[in-house]
Amino acid sequence: MIDQTAFGEIASVIPRERLLIRLEDRYSYSYDASFGEYLPDLVVQPQTAGEISALLKIANQYRIPVYPRGSATSLSGGPLPVEGGMVLDMSRYPRKLVIDRENLLAVASPSVITADIHREAEEAGLFYPPDPSSSHVSTIGGNILENSSGPKGLKYGTTKEYVIGLELVTPQGEIIRTGGKTVKNVTGYDLTRLIVGSEGTLGVVTEIILRLIPKPKARKTMLASFPSVVQSGHAITKILSSGILPAALELMDNACIRAVEAYQPCGLPVEDAALVIIEVDGHPAAVEEEIADCGRICAEMGATTVRTARTEGERQEIWKARKLVSPAITRMGPTKISEDATVPRSRIPEMMERLERIRAKYNINLVVFGHAGDGNLHPNIITDKRNIEEMRRVEDAVGEIFEAAVALGGTLSGEHGIGTLKAPYMELELGKAGLDMMARIKRAWDPNNIMNPGKIFPGPGQTKVKLLP
Amino acid sequence: MTTAHIPSAEKLRASAHEDANRCVQCGYCLPVCPTYASMGKETASPRGRINLVKLAAEGKIDILEHMAGPLDLCLGCRACEVACPVGVPYGRLLESAKEAIADEIRRKSESGEPDRPSGSAGSLKEGLKRAALEHLFPHPGRLRLAGSLLRLYQKSGAARLARASGVIRRISPAMAAFEQVLPEAESPRTRPKAGARYPAVGEKKATVAFFSGCLMDAMMHRVNRLSVELLRLAGCEVVIPEHQKCCGALHAHQGDMETARKLAGANIAAFEATGADWYVNNAGGCGAMLQEYALLFKGDAAMEERAAAFAAKSRDISWVLHRLGPLPFKKEWKVTITYQDSCHLRNVQKVHEEPRALIRSIPGAAYAECEGAETCCASGGIYNLLHFEESMRILDDKMLKVKDTNASVLVTANPGCLLQMKLGIKRSGLGGRMRAVHLVEALAEACGIE
Repeated sequence: MIDQTAFGEIASVIPRERLLIRLEDRYSYSYDASFGEYLPDLVVQPQTAGEISALLKIANQYRIPVYPRGSATSLSGGPLPVEGGMVLDMSRYPRKLVIDRENLLAVASPSVITADIHREAEEAGLFYPPDPSSSHVSTIGGNILENSSGPKGLKYGTTKEYVIGLELVTPQGEIIRTGGKTVKNVTGYDLTRLIVGSEGTLGVVTEIILRLIPKPKARKTMLASFPSVVQSGHAITKILSSGILPAALELMDNACIRAVEAYQPCGLPVEDAALVIIEVDGHPAAVEEEIADCGRICAEMGATTVRTARTEGERQEIWKARKLVSPAITRMGPTKISEDATVPRSRIPEMMERLERIRAKYNINLVVFGHAGDGNLHPNIITDKRNIEEMRRVEDAVGEIFEAAVALGGTLSGEHGIGTLKAPYMELELGKAGLDMMARIKRAWDPNNIMNPGKIFPGPGQTKVKLLP
Repeated sequence: MTTAHIPSAEKLRASAHEDANRCVQCGYCLPVCPTYASMGKETASPRGRINLVKLAAEGKIDILEHMAGPLDLCLGCRACEVACPVGVPYGRLLESAKEAIADEIRRKSESGEPDRPSGSAGSLKEGLKRAALEHLFPHPGRLRLAGSLLRLYQKSGAARLARASGVIRRISPAMAAFEQVLPEAESPRTRPKAGARYPAVGEKKATVAFFSGCLMDAMMHRVNRLSVELLRLAGCEVVIPEHQKCCGALHAHQGDMETARKLAGANIAAFEATGADWYVNNAGGCGAMLQEYALLFKGDAAMEERAAAFAAKSRDISWVLHRLGPLPFKKEWKVTITYQDSCHLRNVQKVHEEPRALIRSIPGAAYAECEGAETCCASGGIYNLLHFEESMRILDDKMLKVKDTNASVLVTANPGCLLQMKLGIKRSGLGGRMRAVHLVEALAEACGIE
């Protein structure tokens, strides 16, 4: 609990209507889109960097845990107030979004919804490629702190490649700026990169400068299906090694194809083992040639279906199949555990095989889809959190998925972040010294561990995810 | 805290926990929720409310102290249900929650405990609400009388006197606001008669039974009369079933499921007796209720089946006119028209293209889509009376966008929305250049029907 003196000081900085202390309000900030329910002592809706600075000074003095939160669409537990304390509801921070056409930049406050950046950039003939599937809900603040990217990472890179400057309130309450408005900047340590993906453990971001690029003039989309996952893997490798860099290259396994067809029939080939969606963009002439090449390669690799969208409607139809995967499989739920283990692209077929073995070994409903172009797979386990016996098996299976990814030279997380759910496996990937170096950076930034405590770093002796209370 | 011994919580667990548990808390409902936007906190969002119902059902929070406030502030527009990727049945969940609140208030008043902490919904408001729900809406005769009294009130000069003296404002500012925008009541002689049968004009294409509704029948029967005329012009023989009642939506939304069931049973019997092809209504809110009658009879297989058959035949008038059209328009009508969706017509009945298509078919008229037309106007049944300030905040925001359309006619498809839009026009100072009408009135005007 926050003591009375500290609360009094908080109330002297923030007006009463932006301090939420009723039980129903606190419970409304106790969750995100992942797992678990943690009741904060207090929810604050700050409006200025000055207010946040004052709040963090108080929190630092009284050792109050601080949990920044955007739209709470996190799949890894990023905003969960696991140690109580104070939630900073950043979704209500004043909205500011300036598109700077001359410098190809956007300056945004953290509360801006990511899809608004897409829209306003496009209206100016520009393009902000990172596009997590929740971009119509999630805030840019949450996106950059979790470094979540979506399907366009292969060609356009991930969120971190687009953040070039930040304003940040440190855990001591100082307001600092990192980077700036220039694409080139080698002045000192790259603190911007350190903050991006730091999951709110190093401070509170209050302004973001994003790099934009010119909007591609044309795009073409194709759907291809294969009788085996290995064949689809070969097709993907062949396309990429033939000099084509698709804007998106998505993969769905048979379980996903069937789930989508059962949910909203789209005429997908339910007998096939794998389905690949390829999108190329760029100059109209190049796009025509590249999509034809992709079609030819897929056919050579044994594709049973190759379908190229001729109209925007047909293109939407193809993407609809991919977008329906998540709701379709969630309906099989009610509980969905969504992972994002990522491997080097060439190891995708192997990773798919290992996932198949994990599914059989633990007898769980495991489906796989994801961004095949950048090796970022989304193994999803569909279960019911009330089934305690099954949840134990799921916990073990999750651990083995991470082991498989790391063994293949990959990583625990491509875009969801570590949060609470993957913290126990950090040493597996980073090693003792690697993890300790991160812990030393955290201590230097936040000696009293007030910023988002309980995330990224495993608790003492913690080696396994705990999905059950 | 544990409230497991409280029967209302146990009942809520049985009726709503499974539904609430389907929510995966993805947050996809947040951008479409009007109260999340206007109130600015998660507690006022669908995801927040679903979580509170779940917690109350689990006994972690108190139904009245913690759950009732945020649930009462929900408009029930059900836009979240359309946005939900996993199909949480929010409408059903909301009604279960409202029922639990009503049960709990009853239980506490019977056991002599104070029901709500001070500062929440006042007892005068509760009393008025209960009186209207129990003694006015279920009784068509009494409502018609009220409608006739309204005409008397407007025609006799009492209205002018009441406005000048400010007497209504002193009782309730919300009622005073709406009193000023009530439509001018027509003479009761023009009201379509129960039991009557009106022949189709020209070739007969279908027989339809017309649902008069309670408020529509009492206060806005001009719209009903014009509806019958338009249906006839479109080739329908129109029957007005005797013994039909209020649809029961207001009751169900306030947690009185028992009365809602009784009214539903009476309506099903009344309409079945007509043998009509479709049962046509002209109020988006009522139509949604009619289409969901089967939910009221869960566990009673025979009634459930009859209710489902009834629902399958229930149609909004725009759907029927669009299907049977085109209408015999009489003149060029050179106006710009915009349309505000009725939430329950759009989100529950999934009818949103038909009204727009009908408006576009009016010769000479230009249609201007309003940004955010699909979001709630905050009429919300009687939400605007119970939560006047919250409602007006949402309405005033909407009117800024309505103004941008430069329309001179604002069309809606539900009586509650219509009154709300009339008030919106008045509040935003657009009165001189814009008027709000029911879709049926707009179409009738273009067909030269007075």
